[in-house]
Amino acid sequence: MIVEAARRFTSLAIPSQDQLVFGVCPHPLACGLGLTLGAGQVFPEVNFTLPPMSITSETWSDVTAHYEEMAAQILRRAVALAVPGIVLEFELLPAMTDKPEWGAEITAVLKRHLRAAHEKHHLPCALRVTPTDIRDQQKPPLLRTGEPWQRLRRSLELCAEAGADILSIESVGSKEVHDQALMFGDFPGIVFALGVLAPRDMAWLWSEIVSICAAHPGVVPGADSACGFANTAMQLAHQKMLPEVLAAVVRAMSAVRSLAAFEQGALGPSKDCAYEGPVMKAITGQPISMEGKSAACAHFSPLGNIAAAMCDLWSNESVQNVRLLSGNAPEAFTEILAYDCRLMNAATAAGGALALREWMTASDEWLSPQAAVLSPAATLRIASAIVAEETPYRQTIAAGRAAVGVLNDGVAQEKLHLSRKEQQWFTRIESGLDELPAEEAVLIAALEEQYGSLYDKASYGL
Amino acid sequence: MAQNQDLYDAILNGNAKKAYAATEAAIAAGVEPMALIQESMVPAMDEVGRLFECEEYFVPELLLAGRAMKGAMELLKPLLTASGQKMAVRVVIGTVKGDLHDIGKNIVASMLEGSGFEVIDLGTDVSPENFVAAVEQRKPHVVCMSALLTVTMPAMKLTIDALQTAGLRTQVKVLIGGAPVTSQYAKEIGADGYSENANGAVGLVKNLLAEA
Repeated sequence: MIVEAARRFTSLAIPSQDQLVFGVCPHPLACGLGLTLGAGQVFPEVNFTLPPMSITSETWSDVTAHYEEMAAQILRRAVALAVPGIVLEFELLPAMTDKPEWGAEITAVLKRHLRAAHEKHHLPCALRVTPTDIRDQQKPPLLRTGEPWQRLRRSLELCAEAGADILSIESVGSKEVHDQALMFGDFPGIVFALGVLAPRDMAWLWSEIVSICAAHPGVVPGADSACGFANTAMQLAHQKMLPEVLAAVVRAMSAVRSLAAFEQGALGPSKDCAYEGPVMKAITGQPISMEGKSAACAHFSPLGNIAAAMCDLWSNESVQNVRLLSGNAPEAFTEILAYDCRLMNAATAAGGALALREWMTASDEWLSPQAAVLSPAATLRIASAIVAEETPYRQTIAAGRAAVGVLNDGVAQEKLHLSRKEQQWFTRIESGLDELPAEEAVLIAALEEQYGSLYDKASYGL
Repeated sequence: MAQNQDLYDAILNGNAKKAYAATEAAIAAGVEPMALIQESMVPAMDEVGRLFECEEYFVPELLLAGRAMKGAMELLKPLLTASGQKMAVRVVIGTVKGDLHDIGKNIVASMLEGSGFEVIDLGTDVSPENFVAAVEQRKPHVVCMSALLTVTMPAMKLTIDALQTAGLRTQVKVLIGGAPVTSQYAKEIGADGYSENANGAVGLVKNLLAEA
């Protein structure tokens, strides 16, 4: 079964660069305890995790103690710095999704802390909960049936009942093909995964998540992230294992599969690690979360400043509960995010949001192909290309072409400098886009021998 | 025998079809399989590794070269077996219990295969018991473990402890890797080595086996 889009985006909600700026969006989102996103201010979204330790029945009391401590310390710092609002994100670890009751228990712990901070300090706040997509436990993964999906669904339901305000996921449908294609630099395989398989799984999965949220009033269907796809490419490029130009084009193309969540009724904020978020914002007009320089605790990136240019939440991605000189790391990163947001909000209050956005953009834009495709101008170019096409496959190719256009312009204007090896790959990518068949059925058939054994066709309605 | 230039170039350029054809032609011409491996295939993969180290190659070039070599090896394996010559070193690899991340592990596995090792990939979320069973049954020379999550790192130690308990620890070299893993952690849990990247892992396996 192929799940049709509940709504199609055929034009941009934000058609002008002047309107594409941090803190504001056409469709602000009220969520949690008195918090409204995208209505003028940027808020910290703090994400945190355990230090090295096992998660077992024997250690469970230690696990919950860590989350109690992290929540208390993060909110203590938020109140001390008078943040105008905050989101806590709880990303379940695989063991906590495998045993849904565990994830729900931590959700309840965190919500208790948020309620207390809201009642005592009137702190607007919300809890985003992100179960792990555990559906790829067998090869090929069964995405719509089987025990892992049942446990994931149960986890989403229990977390909604336990106090989640926003449900999200970093879904992995088609990763089984994309990983292989990416490692071998096989461009048709990458497009097949991102433009044919992934949108099908996203449509099915997000129709399920939206229905779960509908059954739990007040719980917002957030959105997804192409983390397992574009961030994998980004990290491999960071380690000089993949060309940056490939990672940049993969990022742009991944926006189509992430858009599928919104087509099914997701309302945002998109996930912090979804660097394709600005394209979502331009198309849907809904708020997004982003991460950059203040997520260096979790991973490096060439996108530190530019990632903030259009954000509505500003995140640290993930930080372990370990002791630093100042205090524990989650509390320290709450302070870092709080000051980042203060600066953005002060700029907005003074009428300088666009100027700050331009500085954030200019400081990164041409130092990396991956940054170049994240500028407001590139965002609108990619978003416009997507909404001009009708099917996810054609949208994915269009997004790839738009990204190539952005990079080509940068090279032609001598703003973007590519090494000889990067240039060779860039030429290869351009050719790869030109050689793709017009119809996805032709691509599906052509890649059957190469990738057919890696994925379960029924999981994609094929 | 001189280097088989066609085979060498085919592997260097990641051209599996040409590598296969060059190997077929060499066999037909009576070239010794082991000579093909030692004088053409291994030098080609060494050059591929060098090009990767100096950032002339990315992973795709590396893996395509490995795939070309693996394809050619399929032709040689039966001949080597028939002549009683020793097969490749065997490596068991997996992502540890509780962890589903596998692209780093997959790259290491592919590069090891491309370097001529026999790789048994146990997949992700591999329990200590399953690592032990694989060592008992497949008799590898090396066990490689990967973890991306801080909360799954302890499973590496549990696996090493399980190998110790089963009396198998001295039979294998144990290597670990993954984003949160460090050489210090490798020492703490009694692993034989740690690498921060895939190419380093291949070199580490070669060095450890050379020392053994």
